[in-house]
Amino acid sequence: MSPTVAVVGASLAGLSAARALRDQSFDGRIVLIGDEAHAPYDRPPLSKEFLAGTASLDDISLGASDDEGLALDWRLGTTAVALDRVSRSVLLSDGSEVRADGVVLATGARARRLPGSDGLGGVHVLRSLDDAVALREDLASAGRLVVIGAGFIGAEVASTARTLGLEVTVVEAMPVPLAGPLGAEMGAVCAELHADHGTRLLTGTGVAGLIGTGRVEAVELTDGTRLPADVVVVGIGAIPNIEWLADSGVALGNGVLTDARGVTSIPGVVAVGDCAAAWSVSAERHVRIEHWTHALEQPATAVATLLGAEGAVPTSVPYFWSDQYGARIQFAGSRREDDVARVVEGSCADRSFLVVYERDGVPVAVLGMNQPRLFTRWRRQLRSAVPTPS
Amino acid sequence: MITVCPTTDLPPGEAIRIEAEEPIAVFNVDGDFYAIDDTCTHQDASLADGWLDGCAVECPLHASCFDLRTGKVSGPPAKTPVRTHRVVVEDGMVYVQPGTTADGAA
Repeated sequence: MSPTVAVVGASLAGLSAARALRDQSFDGRIVLIGDEAHAPYDRPPLSKEFLAGTASLDDISLGASDDEGLALDWRLGTTAVALDRVSRSVLLSDGSEVRADGVVLATGARARRLPGSDGLGGVHVLRSLDDAVALREDLASAGRLVVIGAGFIGAEVASTARTLGLEVTVVEAMPVPLAGPLGAEMGAVCAELHADHGTRLLTGTGVAGLIGTGRVEAVELTDGTRLPADVVVVGIGAIPNIEWLADSGVALGNGVLTDARGVTSIPGVVAVGDCAAAWSVSAERHVRIEHWTHALEQPATAVATLLGAEGAVPTSVPYFWSDQYGARIQFAGSRREDDVARVVEGSCADRSFLVVYERDGVPVAVLGMNQPRLFTRWRRQLRSAVPTPS
Repeated sequence: MITVCPTTDLPPGEAIRIEAEEPIAVFNVDGDFYAIDDTCTHQDASLADGWLDGCAVECPLHASCFDLRTGKVSGPPAKTPVRTHRVVVEDGMVYVQPGTTADGAA
């Protein structure tokens, strides 16, 4: 009987794993399990073109014309509820089970919700296609939007809502938005885009609660201010979908813990994408990366390991981007708190610049705004400078 | 036929974007010139801003790869090929014939 690999999760990481299996000549059965009813789609446009109505579902499909050749056994609209480590079976919500020789965990993450907001109309998170459709419908008849959290999702939603003509206020608990990924100095520069485009940004302000019965009417801040709102979007991060593995024996932390190649604590089980926290040689700890390119590229290594390959982990430089208010923000590398940011091209005031982060005079990360060509060169340079971990 | 630039203005490893009905990117790969649609078929990005690696260009945004000779996708996430355009080099000038598929392209 030919071997079976079960891929749990049918978004970018899961689909990339399935494609990588075929690329690497696996000719057994691949069961692709996804809890959403939709065929795999691309999530980044959900806060941008899809939310604005300029991209259709077809436009954001992750399917390719040669996917038929993958011969996948699809189980969409089915949630994995448990993993049996002994029989290496994935138990599904419809009561069936998939026995597999190898398992790829790619269950992703879900949006963190604001406590106490359940059941209140007009309050949204944005992670899935269904979320985006619901938000888009709600924005169409709204005048005032309050976004809680000035991270990338929050900023992109605010930007899109401005193009739709809404009055937008963004509330951020930290004194400077995006200080985590970009550092306080550059986070502040990027946050200036809000004011440039008529979005009100309130920083260093916590949310005390949401006001309204049945439907949200206002957001109350910790200083007592009430911001009237027809719609509220909560963009305060994501939580890995790993609870279903609680009794599986798979080692868990802030995600499924894996080695640098994606191997979990259980033989024959690998984890990829947003649900996985892989050992980072450079950081000397497990790091859960939620970047799109990571979910695209990392499964090839994990799947190769599942199929028995050994060898070095390919070098990669973390990369993410954000499109807000017509500005293209790109970041690559690994930044630490005491790295020094230096503008090497353009100027922050012009909203067109390239910033290099240096550690002891050595470039370790790069941030570009509206500088795609130069950014790509730096990104490649960083990639070639990263030593291959042995 | 669109006049692109003198060959000396487009050294090996470089690319230039030219305006046409659909913008076109022209590349110099070790002295050979190639032209493809400039806009990535995945999402809006200029391939002339991308990274040239042999006869492939990597999109600057999401790293989709396209073969400059055929326009075919050689790396995801793009699904749809880009169109190629015929390039003519004459008397030290580079010209592009938009809408005419490059010689040898599918």
